[in-house]
Amino acid sequence: MYNLKELALMDENGKRSDGRGIDELRSIKITVGVVKNADGSAYIEFGKNKIIVAVYGPREVHPKHMALPDRCVLRCRYHMSPFSTDTRKNPAPSRREVEISKVMRESLEPSLILSDYPRAVIDVFVEVLQADGGSRCAGINAASVALADAGINMRDLVSACAAGRLSDNIVLDINDLEDKEGDADMPVAYLPNLEQVTLLQLDGKVTTAQFSECLEKAISGCKSVYEIQKEALMKKYFGNEMELKEEA
Amino acid sequence: MSSSKRSTVIVEQLRKQQMLEALSRGKRLDGRDFESYRTFEIEVGIIDKASGSAKVKLGNTEVIAGVKVETGEPFEGLENKGALIMSAEVLPTASPHVEPGPPDEDAIELSRVVDRGVRGSEMLDLDKLVLIPGKIVYTVFVDCSIINSDGNLLDATSYAVVAALLTSKFPIYEIKDEQVVDTGKTMPPPITTMPISITAVRIGESVLLDPTTEEEACMDARITMTTQSDGNIVAVQKGFTGPFSVNQVVQFSEIARIKGEEMRSKIKELN
Repeated sequence: MYNLKELALMDENGKRSDGRGIDELRSIKITVGVVKNADGSAYIEFGKNKIIVAVYGPREVHPKHMALPDRCVLRCRYHMSPFSTDTRKNPAPSRREVEISKVMRESLEPSLILSDYPRAVIDVFVEVLQADGGSRCAGINAASVALADAGINMRDLVSACAAGRLSDNIVLDINDLEDKEGDADMPVAYLPNLEQVTLLQLDGKVTTAQFSECLEKAISGCKSVYEIQKEALMKKYFGNEMELKEEA
Repeated sequence: MSSSKRSTVIVEQLRKQQMLEALSRGKRLDGRDFESYRTFEIEVGIIDKASGSAKVKLGNTEVIAGVKVETGEPFEGLENKGALIMSAEVLPTASPHVEPGPPDEDAIELSRVVDRGVRGSEMLDLDKLVLIPGKIVYTVFVDCSIINSDGNLLDATSYAVVAALLTSKFPIYEIKDEQVVDTGKTMPPPITTMPISITAVRIGESVLLDPTTEEEACMDARITMTTQSDGNIVAVQKGFTGPFSVNQVVQFSEIARIKGEEMRSKIKELN
């Protein structure tokens, strides 16, 4: 599809293929409470990613033997719609989707107080309607907001963002093209108030110095995402945040 | 193997009595009369990566359909026709009763009935989607995701599919040196007609159009009829355990034609 010789991931002015600077996030929009039947839900547009997340629970566990006596089971399903990618994706879950479901669950689990709901289950369903690189981070962001919307007891929100390397530059929030043609992609999920990392993956090659820079950059991205997550929740539960600020 | 099952949605006895009482007065619990559809919203072109897409909201039922166009081998016995492949998945987001996994018999029935409407009406002129007869043809995938389920998935999915196809832009492929080349250009799809399905359920002696989940949980029988633009019937599916009288079926065929025309003009406005 792409002609590699003509492909410039970054031009001489430090602008990236989609016009962003090295520290610039794609545009992010989160809406809370979009799935009527769900206990909590959120829709996120993260660049061209379009993802819907629904949370059901806490509820009874089926099959019953999966129940844990001292805490709640968390289940997570990351799934891509067949029309979400450039070439049609087979609707059956792929190995990639199974892995992402797992790391996503593990990234969300530390934020939840699961001991408050023994013998129950919380289901998180993440459906990618359109994928654009960084869909796991976008999915985690929406999932955390949906869990808050469901009223689950939480220690913190989970905010996620990737950073990566394009030759000598460490850049924030890798897009689809940069993911495919760049040199490294490192998604990070972070608890902004507890300052803990809950997801960390790296695909590509970096030096230890570049690794630290990448991590620092990704965390700064997570902090920006956190503000947008809070704003989306405020908007649903307290109306317009601007009005609140004016009153204060 | 298919076995009879208990409805996953259980309506309380009191609520059911309330419903039957309302129906005896010619009203439904949400205030509609028997032949009214719920509010109907449609948005097209929401997925840029698809050749066509549509989101339909029918009351609280929400469905997204996406069209993907690729090339491949024709089906056996249909060597000189493009291939049309449809699927529907009721996502686990849709209701607390959906289990993630491969489509169950209801989801398969859903996509097959919608498929029959499109195929039976020859909405897409598949003869025009051939590159090398017998060897390479256009493969059109129409995939549906049910996001939220509140009854009548059949009609909501059918409208989403029709709207997505109608507003899609197919890539133009060419054959150069026996290789398929994407020219980067697009064309409108070869549309011949618009199949529109209308669904009703029977509860006791009442026949209600566009049932909600609650009404489906109380139904005795269900029927879906799809008509094309000239009013001819192109697909029918009688569903669920109860029967219909011959008279009810004949009456319904007339309603399906009239209501179908109403719905068709609403969707036609998109193009």
